[in-house]
Amino acid sequence: MKIAVCIKQVPTREWQPRLTDDKTWIREQDASFEMNEPDAYALEEALRLREKLSGEVVVCSAGPARVQQVIREALARGADRALHVEDNSLAAADAAMTAEALAAAMGEETFDLVLTGLQSDDQGHAQMGVILAERLGIPHSTIIMEVQVEESRLRVKRELEGGWFQWIAMPLPALLTIQSGINQLRYATLKGIMAAKKKEIKKVPLPGGLKPGQEILSLSSPVRSKQTQMIGGTPADAARELVRRLREEARVL
Amino acid sequence: MILVVAEQRDQALNRASWEAIAAAQQMAGAWPIAVLALGASVGDVAKQLAQADVAEVLTGEHAALGQYTPDAFTMALKGVIDQKKPAIVVMAHTYQARDFAPMLAARLRVSLITDVIGISGDGASATFTRPMFQGKLTATVRATSSGPAIVTVQIGAFRADAARRGGSPSVSPAEISIDTAAIRQQPEAPFQEAKQAVDLSQAERIVSVGRGIKSQDNLPLAQNLAKAMGAEIAASRPICDSGWLPMERQVGSSGQTVAPRLYVALGISGAIQHVVGMKGSRTIVAINKDADAPIFEVADYGIVGDLFEIVPALTAELQKK
Repeated sequence: MKIAVCIKQVPTREWQPRLTDDKTWIREQDASFEMNEPDAYALEEALRLREKLSGEVVVCSAGPARVQQVIREALARGADRALHVEDNSLAAADAAMTAEALAAAMGEETFDLVLTGLQSDDQGHAQMGVILAERLGIPHSTIIMEVQVEESRLRVKRELEGGWFQWIAMPLPALLTIQSGINQLRYATLKGIMAAKKKEIKKVPLPGGLKPGQEILSLSSPVRSKQTQMIGGTPADAARELVRRLREEARVL
Repeated sequence: MILVVAEQRDQALNRASWEAIAAAQQMAGAWPIAVLALGASVGDVAKQLAQADVAEVLTGEHAALGQYTPDAFTMALKGVIDQKKPAIVVMAHTYQARDFAPMLAARLRVSLITDVIGISGDGASATFTRPMFQGKLTATVRATSSGPAIVTVQIGAFRADAARRGGSPSVSPAEISIDTAAIRQQPEAPFQEAKQAVDLSQAERIVSVGRGIKSQDNLPLAQNLAKAMGAEIAASRPICDSGWLPMERQVGSSGQTVAPRLYVALGISGAIQHVVGMKGSRTIVAINKDADAPIFEVADYGIVGDLFEIVPALTAELQKK
């Protein structure tokens, strides 16, 4: 089975946002980056399917040169090779543009299954996988909690809201967006890191003429919906003051 | 015109559809609003929707829409949009919308702006705000496509009770064409896993833990605080994903929605998937080492600091007579 996994590189959870002067993007030189966590679950699911069914796992990513970091990470965890659509303009690309860029590169091969995370922790459009499926001309399902491969068919467990689920069958090839928590992630071993250095990363140029679906006019800090009372002091002082306010002001204790 | 796509399952209208109507009313300007319900049979839902102050309610009925599939919904909606030519299509950012809206936008080659929390201006000049970077930033965006923009609004961002009612819309069928042979997904009936033993929605107080707790070995810290407060213990998704607490104790869009008198968030950053499940709580306390964590935006009381120092101090304080 030939499986593609689309991964994105995003700022780390600890990153504190700083904006460019025109306030339409983040100052990337101040950010450190990591693999988008939902995509890490998609990668893990791909590796498990390959272990069960044999075949290969191809990592696909669209972004500037810096995304090689997460491509190498994925190869170190066990992916076999990579496709990298490399262009600086992809750093702030929206889901539509990223999907078009990946579709052009991935369309040259035939994958049986394409997996990706359910959304990215940066722009968070939750669109890329589904648009990619449409461009590749294959069926999709989203927010998947279990994957069963039955010859040329898939049977997948899709998460609905509020504790509901549903099984859905569809023919292969297909695209799935994977829900975080579907499996337990593995980490790269030293052996894996060494092996990754020899694995192929095929660079693909960005096709011309791609257009985003939206334009960021400005970025800003979120507006607080509540007036938060911040309580300072030593841990003991803060604890005493919080308990007093919860008893006397809020009357919830 | 603006087309609102309502969501229903087995003739029960999803309440978030009223939030989408409220958003559409806010951005409509001079445009009339039409609300479309899709399903095998949507007469009862259309009756409810006809209470809205809108121009038109459309019923899109077809046997192939009885069980949701993205392929059938995309074909049906593309047909309605091609025919009605709305300037904007609005729906709630539900799991179902997340499943088909990007396919619809890709097929129509139009903009899709998801998870919208605010709208400025109206008509063709509307701009939209949406969270980015896990809620650390808010982006103001505009659609760049020439066709109709599709917009999904975050659950809870627009108030269902703010949707204006009392209109007298016409109710009429929309023309639905679906090539059933082109539907590739075969869905089975939705189901719930084993009945949830813990009903967090009835809890008076909840102490909830997030990634900041760092390891399962640290959970007793939170459990002791919960005991001292007379609270139930709950968690954000990553904690339940790791198996540190059972899934039935998860609060958020994929878990339970709660509204206790007191909600204490320990080491929870406040990703929107969590916040939608708890922001209705009467009093919210957030304890987090990151002063910029989005959880502080919904908190009534906040302490910035090390939860491993503050939580034991809180527990000790509560145990004092």
